[in-house]
Amino acid sequence: MLSVTIPDGQTLDPVPGTDWALKVRDLRIELPAGGDIVDEVCFEIARGEVLGLVGESGSGKTTVGMALLAYARGGARITRGEIWVNAASGPVNILAHTGAELRRLRGAAVAYVPQDPAAALNPALTLRLQLAEALDAHVEGLTDADRSARIREVMKDVGLPDTDAFLARYPHQLSGGQQQRIGIAMAIILRPAVIVLDEPTTGLDVSTQNRILEVVRRLCDEYRIGALHVTHDLSVISALADKIMVMYSGRVVELGKVADVFNRPRHPYSQALLSAVPELSSRSALVALAGTPARPGERPAGCFFAPRCRIADAGCTAEAPALQPTEPQHAVACFKAGATATAAPVHLPDPPLVDTAPVLAVENLQVAYGPYKVLTGVTFDVRKGECIAIVGESGSGKSTLSRSLVGLVPSASRGISFQGEGLDPNARRRSSKQRQKIQYIFQSPFNSLNPRQTVASILGLVHETFHRGSAAERQAACIRALEMVGLPAQAMNLFPDEMSGGERQRASIARALLSNPDVLVCDEVTSALDVSVQAAIVNLLKRLMEEQGLTIIFVTHDLALVRNIAHRVLVLERGVVAEIGAVGQVIDHPVHAYSRELIRNAQQADLTMRVAMQTA
Amino acid sequence: MADLTTLIDAPVLRPKRIWLETLRKSLTYRRTQIGLAITIMILLVALLGPLLSPYEPSAFIGRPFAQPSAEFWLGTDVRGRDVLSRVLNGGLAVVWMSVAAATVGIVLGASIGMLAAYSRGWFAELLMRTMDVFLALPSVIMVLMFVSLLGPQQWLIVLLVGISHMPQVARVMQGVASDIARRDFILFAEALNVPRWKILFREILPNIMTPLMVEYGIRIVWSIAGIAALSVMGYGIQPPDADWGLLINENRGRLATRPLPVLAPALLIALFALGVNLMAEGLSATISGVARKTGAR
Repeated sequence: MLSVTIPDGQTLDPVPGTDWALKVRDLRIELPAGGDIVDEVCFEIARGEVLGLVGESGSGKTTVGMALLAYARGGARITRGEIWVNAASGPVNILAHTGAELRRLRGAAVAYVPQDPAAALNPALTLRLQLAEALDAHVEGLTDADRSARIREVMKDVGLPDTDAFLARYPHQLSGGQQQRIGIAMAIILRPAVIVLDEPTTGLDVSTQNRILEVVRRLCDEYRIGALHVTHDLSVISALADKIMVMYSGRVVELGKVADVFNRPRHPYSQALLSAVPELSSRSALVALAGTPARPGERPAGCFFAPRCRIADAGCTAEAPALQPTEPQHAVACFKAGATATAAPVHLPDPPLVDTAPVLAVENLQVAYGPYKVLTGVTFDVRKGECIAIVGESGSGKSTLSRSLVGLVPSASRGISFQGEGLDPNARRRSSKQRQKIQYIFQSPFNSLNPRQTVASILGLVHETFHRGSAAERQAACIRALEMVGLPAQAMNLFPDEMSGGERQRASIARALLSNPDVLVCDEVTSALDVSVQAAIVNLLKRLMEEQGLTIIFVTHDLALVRNIAHRVLVLERGVVAEIGAVGQVIDHPVHAYSRELIRNAQQADLTMRVAMQTA
Repeated sequence: MADLTTLIDAPVLRPKRIWLETLRKSLTYRRTQIGLAITIMILLVALLGPLLSPYEPSAFIGRPFAQPSAEFWLGTDVRGRDVLSRVLNGGLAVVWMSVAAATVGIVLGASIGMLAAYSRGWFAELLMRTMDVFLALPSVIMVLMFVSLLGPQQWLIVLLVGISHMPQVARVMQGVASDIARRDFILFAEALNVPRWKILFREILPNIMTPLMVEYGIRIVWSIAGIAALSVMGYGIQPPDADWGLLINENRGRLATRPLPVLAPALLIALFALGVNLMAEGLSATISGVARKTGAR
């Protein structure tokens, strides 16, 4: 079914027949300041087919998703292209319509499932009213009985109760998964030909995520809806999609069947992306991609990926490769399609346990907010030069635990000691040396750097806190720290919003390193980052551990990442240590029921395992 | 220092302040331009007026309420003084006093608002509830009472009007700053044991500068109105000195037949308020425009 159309300036005749749901032709979207966000985007979706659209932040994937509704964000404009939808009333180019006609097509021909249903549902309306609103906006003259019947039907479709009591609920009375099912119900209630799903499972835990994906899959099959699923999570694509489309810097670089692309990616960027994904089953040497993608308006001549590509040559920078079919069902935009630029990651054995003296010991730590106990009797120690991972679901207390280590939970009990000395729960009452030697790195680099200060003054604060010295010494120290994390000295002059997410996280690691710490507490430091950036940050932390003998406490919910970086794992269940042991031991042979559950869920979400299942 | 700079081939520090840039960007708005033009005009009248005045402002030089003529361009006032000379001499007080009163209100209010946002807990409650008490007191009556007790001194009026702004400013700035005070970079500074005053002025203040500038503009407008009103009521500058508010008071008796001695100072006060207000509006439009473009920050 896959037929790739190459932009040649011709108008596409809507193909008679009923097999296709969507044809996008030579789409170009420009920023108001000039420069394109996406260009030359061509793809088709068959009826009942799910196309996964992946790419890193800034690749233009959400822009393409929104464009299917003839919508462009923040002043951007769709300046070229056609988007044909095979609607019930006949094929229609959605970009050729405006005003009332366009509003009719949105919802009826193309529907949208947003990322955060809690924000998209009106908190003041009952479920019945929200669903009825979607119907009434498009279908005239519905009787109450008809309306009720359609609402009940769609509730069954998405696997929710269709009772009056349930329909009388408000959005806040639903769980996150149920809210997203309502989001899907609102999208399919009008039986559109195409639905656009924008990271619909991002905020949900793995088992809920799996159930939502099953619903989407079943509905697309049953009602022959074509779906575009926009996500940065490759594993979601492998579970749900028939085909995958990879975007880089606003261009489609590879398009093909899911199993094909995952097993043998042809484009160097797809290869890099896949080899940056950590595996649950064994530790691997993650391959990080050097450099950052070019922003709109600053893109290089020739292939946009060439500056970061290991096998690029003069030809690649001279001319831009077009998306070409390389074989049936597969298209790649690369002159060297199929050549190996990044080999599949090398598998490594789990690291031996570290048997140095403990640096940090936690004994019987208690934290309670009023009657609500967050941590109960937490006891463990961390050895010098080791990485211990703290895992658990949200609400397990892992953030509270990591924050009490640096003295940010003043209400914690005593019980933490560093090199044999007891630590006060309040950072302000610890000694300067204690504060200096344990450093904390926050989850979100967008939130942990002062947006009104340059990197120089952000880092400078740490240096002047712990060291006396001239301005020149301070500057030299800051530049050394930036070099350690792989940032150029010029970064000193940047404000945080002038850097990418990965660069900001590097800057905040540099800030922690400036105080010359022994222990680094990393709280979900990669969860706000793209997978290739995550690989780079993980590799950086591993290198620091080896070169500087740093001890790392790595808090995360991602067990594949744990396998990749940690020596030991501590599983936290509702504030209690459920299990603690060597990383291979806990992941391969969990003892505690809670860890078994955690690991079973992680296995379901593991990319390698999902691909293996699809291939088989 | 210099050799390091050349070594890394980049300037050491870039003195880029976002609120300064916002100020500059706001000047692209028509209303900011008009507001700035009006304000500069009024400031010129107020500052340079005394030098240009044709007569001594308190000299009795003609009949009371003479019609405008070549000799007295705006006529004479109730005691036969030249209105133009009194107008040219009467602006300085209201201009400096309103700016000073707004400054007092902004400095006190912003400090208390920031402190409350940062400290939270019982201390923050105490600060903000105290502000509520100030808010509940009728500020006009309080000012009149203190001025009657202590005499109509300029510094006292500035201080009192400034204090009357304090609770509103504190409220607004507490709202803006408490969003900033919950960010992770504040926690990081806490963990480093950075002194609290440094967290307030180095980490929080730069993040609330732009809304603070808008608030400053609004407070100047309110001060102009308040101080002019006090002066009209006879609580400001005392005769025989010239002052716009006082002029209105002195000459209001013959408003119907001799409007110029009242209208000229009234118009200048209104224009001053209008000019500052337009600038504040332009600035706040710039902020919301910037917020729209960058995703609300």
